[in-house]
This record gives sequence, structure tokens and C-alpha cells, in this order.
Amino acid sequence: MTIKTSNAGVTVIKKLFSRHETFVFLAIVIFGLIITVVNPDFLTLENVFDLLKSYALMGTFAVGMLFVLISGGIDISFTAIATITGYVIAVLLLQNGEQLNIVSVFAIAGGVGVLLGIINALIIYYFNIPSIITTIATLNIYYGLLTVISKGKWLYGFPAWFGQYTQMYVFKFTAANGTSYGLSVITAFWFVLMLIAWFVLRYTVLGRSIYAMGGNSASAKRAGFNLLRLNLFVYGFMGLMAGFGSVIQALLVQTVAPNSLVGKELDVVAAVVLGGASLTGGTGSVLGTFLGVVLIAIMGNGLTLMRVPAFWYKVVIGTVILISVGASAYRRKVSARRRTIIEVE
Amino acid sequence: MERKYSEFLVLFFILLGVIGLMWLLNGSTFMSLNNFRSMAFQLPELGILSMAMMIAMLTSGINLSIIATANLAGIIMALILTQTIPPEATGPGGIGLVILAILAGLLVAAAIGLLNGFLIAHLEISPILATLGTMILVSGLALAITKGYVVSGFPPAMRAIGNSTILGLPVPILIFAAGAVILSVILQRTSLGARIYMLGSNPLACFYSGVNNPRVLMSTYLISGLYSGVAAIVMISRFNSAKADYGESYLLLTVLVSVLGGVSAAGGFGRVSGLILGLIILQIISNGLNLMGVNTFLTVALWGMVLIAVMVLQFLLNRYKEKRRSI
Repeated sequence: MTIKTSNAGVTVIKKLFSRHETFVFLAIVIFGLIITVVNPDFLTLENVFDLLKSYALMGTFAVGMLFVLISGGIDISFTAIATITGYVIAVLLLQNGEQLNIVSVFAIAGGVGVLLGIINALIIYYFNIPSIITTIATLNIYYGLLTVISKGKWLYGFPAWFGQYTQMYVFKFTAANGTSYGLSVITAFWFVLMLIAWFVLRYTVLGRSIYAMGGNSASAKRAGFNLLRLNLFVYGFMGLMAGFGSVIQALLVQTVAPNSLVGKELDVVAAVVLGGASLTGGTGSVLGTFLGVVLIAIMGNGLTLMRVPAFWYKVVIGTVILISVGASAYRRKVSARRRTIIEVE
Repeated sequence: MERKYSEFLVLFFILLGVIGLMWLLNGSTFMSLNNFRSMAFQLPELGILSMAMMIAMLTSGINLSIIATANLAGIIMALILTQTIPPEATGPGGIGLVILAILAGLLVAAAIGLLNGFLIAHLEISPILATLGTMILVSGLALAITKGYVVSGFPPAMRAIGNSTILGLPVPILIFAAGAVILSVILQRTSLGARIYMLGSNPLACFYSGVNNPRVLMSTYLISGLYSGVAAIVMISRFNSAKADYGESYLLLTVLVSVLGGVSAAGGFGRVSGLILGLIILQIISNGLNLMGVNTFLTVALWGMVLIAVMVLQFLLNRYKEKRRSI
């Protein structure tokens, strides 16, 4: 009798544990506990809000990367795209910064980003070149040309109105010692992007088509999906996020440098992959991606707070990625096997 | 048969054209013995790494971890060479120690290769993600072991590998040639080679014709890892040091060399002879641009464009051939 009554609970738990996000969440809790035990400074609201602000950049890139991975591709040129859009807005801000406002800055950066992303999409679609090779090439083209044209100069000294956004909060607390902290508008912007992405992926035809293309692009094509349009959207969207990210970076550090983003593309791929997205099979979710970014953030921050030397950071991230990818691949394999058995019966 | 010859000939004529062009642009500085000697010392590193990339691409995979593997293997070798036994105790020029170090380095490279193979073959993770993960892990280990410092000061026997000549030929070129011959024999003369090509063209058909696909993939990534280890020997002996982030710009170039040499990114096609010609073409262009004083970043952008141009050309050629066949 008791078994029967607990059945509902068991299925809920079973369902929960069939989801990748649950494991990422558990990993976050475990890591969080360990870090807090070693250094109680970790689990303070101040630190949490701080992390959410400084990782809004990676989080924004990750939203774009999620779409690309779900579609079955990969894009590592986005850091170069973001560097270009960063330069474009920096030059405009320095030349006639008073005529611009935050909306136009985002629009310009996003627009340039979309254009560069579309170049990727056209090459990948029309010449059937694997996305990894295409974007390795365009990463070097975009970055090489930018460095030649900009001569590697750092740009700073933006107008005052551009600086104020780092100190703007949706809501704010004041600690006993007088320092104030809260939910930054930059974090809020990232959250809004995630909400939009979640809605598009879950409730629109466009979103479902991207999953279909990632699941099996040949069948998706036969089923009548317009793969050109989907590719344009996915890589264009990645470009848009790269452009937005470059504005966030410029807001956070008030400087645009040629080498501040390029080289970090794999960290973003890592975060999204940690969150359960895979290159094969049209899987991945916004919630998972958010948890992946959070996991990377607390590992980076936690190692610092635990006074672990910085060069161990990559070892930890690499190990966690391999375990995560390995575990989800293994589960996929087991469930595929189970499915075939049912078919036989 | 016809296809092989025509592709090789096309590459050969491109090579002649490139040599002519660089001669025209740079004159005698390009056509000097010294210049060719320095190219002969630079080329093997990239060549061996390109072979490590090529074999993964033949199975329609990719190995993003080759440079990280080479660096970690190099660091292990360097640590054994500098931090253990006094080299004089192990024979002239520390030869015993050098052999020990090289074996240890190759063992590490092989282990990373097997890890990649296991992830790709048995857990069925896509090669991009699997090798991305090992790349981050392995380069992290390299960084953690060295704390970012350079490990340098090798015994004479080690330095000799990278900087001396036998019968007028630089030792690195001889190592590269041996590696090329061995890989060519594996690919063209053994059943493993035949299986690698088959797996790359059509994994499902390959599986149903009785091939143990996971085993072929394990061997592929093991060989890829070992070649990265061999590249490490050449690399650290030439620089007389090892570091966690040497050669990071090679990733684009190894893909470019493979593609330029006729390796298909979709797998199943490509030969070592093509790769060697692709490598020489790239080295000559790079050397010529260098002599002309072209900005390195412009060169990098140029490589990106060449990579896309070659892939587009391959695509158009294939489509043209298919059209002719269907008629």
C-alpha cells in the first residue's frame, strides 16, 4: 500500500533525475556548500549580485551560443565579432558621443554583429563547409583585419552618460558598513534576453524548427523547413548577442581593447555545453545554459575565494566539462538502447 | 586512380606557381640557400601537427586538443630533462635521459589520445566537444604544472635533435619524413587505414560490413595523440624550452594544411602526399610574406580567407563532378 501512495512522488523524482539541469543544479549546490564552508564570504548577497553582474557578459554570449549548438553547429568567431562591434561603438562614442544614447549604441552594435553573423551563415549554408572550420577561418579573418585597421589601440574616455549605467540598479540594498549593492541593470538586461530566448525556443515555430534542424537536418529539410532562413537566423542571432555583449563589456570596464575577448570563446562553449546542450541531437535549454554559466562563475569565483592558485581553474573546468558531457552522452546511449528494446517487444 | 593524380598535379603546379611568384616578389633573398634552410627547420613542427589533425579529419572528426597535447608532452619531457638525474650520468650528452624523457612524453601524448578515443568511440560524444574538453583539461594541467613559467636548459643530446643536420638535412625534417612515411603506410597499406577511410565516408555502412567502429576510432585518436607527442619533441628541442602556451596559432594552420592538401572535412578522402604539398605551399607563402614585411595579423586574416576559398573550391569541384556523373 505504502508503495502505491508514494508512486506519484517517485515518478516526479524519476522525471527530475532524467533531466540534465537537475545534475547541474546539484553540482552548483555541492560546490556552493564546499566554498561556503571554506570561505563564508561566498554566500553573501553582495557577492552573488556581483557575480551576476560580471558574468552577464558570458551569459549574453551563452544565449547566442545556445541557439547555434541546438541547431547542430558551433560558432567560435563571436569573440572576434564582438571585438569589431566594440570598436565600432567605441569610435562612434568618442567622435559624437553626445548624440547617441544607450538604445542606439545597442542597435548599432547589434546591427553590425548580425551582418557579420550572416556572413558565417551564408558560407556554412551555400558551400556546405562545417561550421567549426568556417568559424575558425572567420575568427581569424575578422580579428586579423580588425587588429590591422585599429593598430591594436585601446579606446577609452567615453561620455559621462555611458559610464552611469554600471552604477544603475533595479533595486538596491545598503549594507551596515554603508556599501550598497543590488540587481544591476546589466544583469536585468541579461535576464530579459534569457526570457525572450526561452519563449522563442519553447513556444514559437521558429524555435521548434531550430531543434528540428539540430536533430536531423536532412529530415528537417524534407519536412519542408527552410534551412537557409534558419541558418541566417541562428548565426545572425549569435552575431546580435555578440554585439550586445560588446556593449556590456564596454559598460563594465569602460574600455575597448583588441585582446580582451578573443581567446575566451571556448569558455562560453564550455558553459553552454555544461548546461546540457550538445552538438548532436538538437538538445539544450535556456535554464540549463543559465545554470552552466552560474556553475562556471562559482567555480571561478570559488577557487579564488578558497585561495586556490588561478592556474588550476582550467583543470577544474576541463574535468567538469568532460564529466558532464560524458554523463549526458552515456544517458543518451542508455535511453537509446532502452528504446530499441521496446521496439523489439 | 585518375582522381589522385589530377589532384596531386594541380597542387604541384600551384606549388611551382607560388615559388615563382615569391621569387619574383622577393628576388634573391627568397631563392637563397639560407632561406630554404630556415624553412626546412620551421616546417616539420607544423607538418607533424597537421598529420595529427589530418587523421582525425579522415574519420570526419576533428582534434582540437593537438596543440595542448604537444605542450603537455613537451613539458613532461622538459621536466624530466631538467629536474631529475644529472644528465652526464646517463651517457654522452645525456642520451639515456633524453630517451627516457621522450618515452615519457610520448606515453602522456598516447594517454591523452586514448582518452579522446574513449570519449568519442565509446561514449559517442561529438569529436568537437570531446576534444574541446580534453583541450581545456590538458592545457590547464600544463599551466598548473609549470605555473605558467618556461622550462628550459636541456642537455646537448636534446638540443641536437632540433638544431643539427645529418648528411646536410636538418634532423626535424628527417623526423617529419619518417612520420609521413609511417602514416602513409598505415593509411594506404594496412587494413586499419582502409577502415579509417571507410569509417570517414560512411560510418553506418562501415559498421554493417563488420568493422569494429569504436576500435578504429580509438586507434585514430591514439595515432593523433602520438603525432602530437612527436611534434612536441621537435618543438621543445628547437626552442630549447617548453611552455604551456607555445604554438597556439597553429590550430587554424593545421586545418588549413589538411584542407589545402585535399583532406575532405566530411571525412574519407585525403592522402599524406597531398598534405605535404599543401604544407610546402603554405610555408613558402608564409615565408615570402614575411620577407616582404607583411603585418602578421594581415597574414592571419589571409590564411582564414585562403581556408574558406579552398573549401569553396572543393565544394564546387565536387558538385561539378557529380553533375557530370549523373549525365
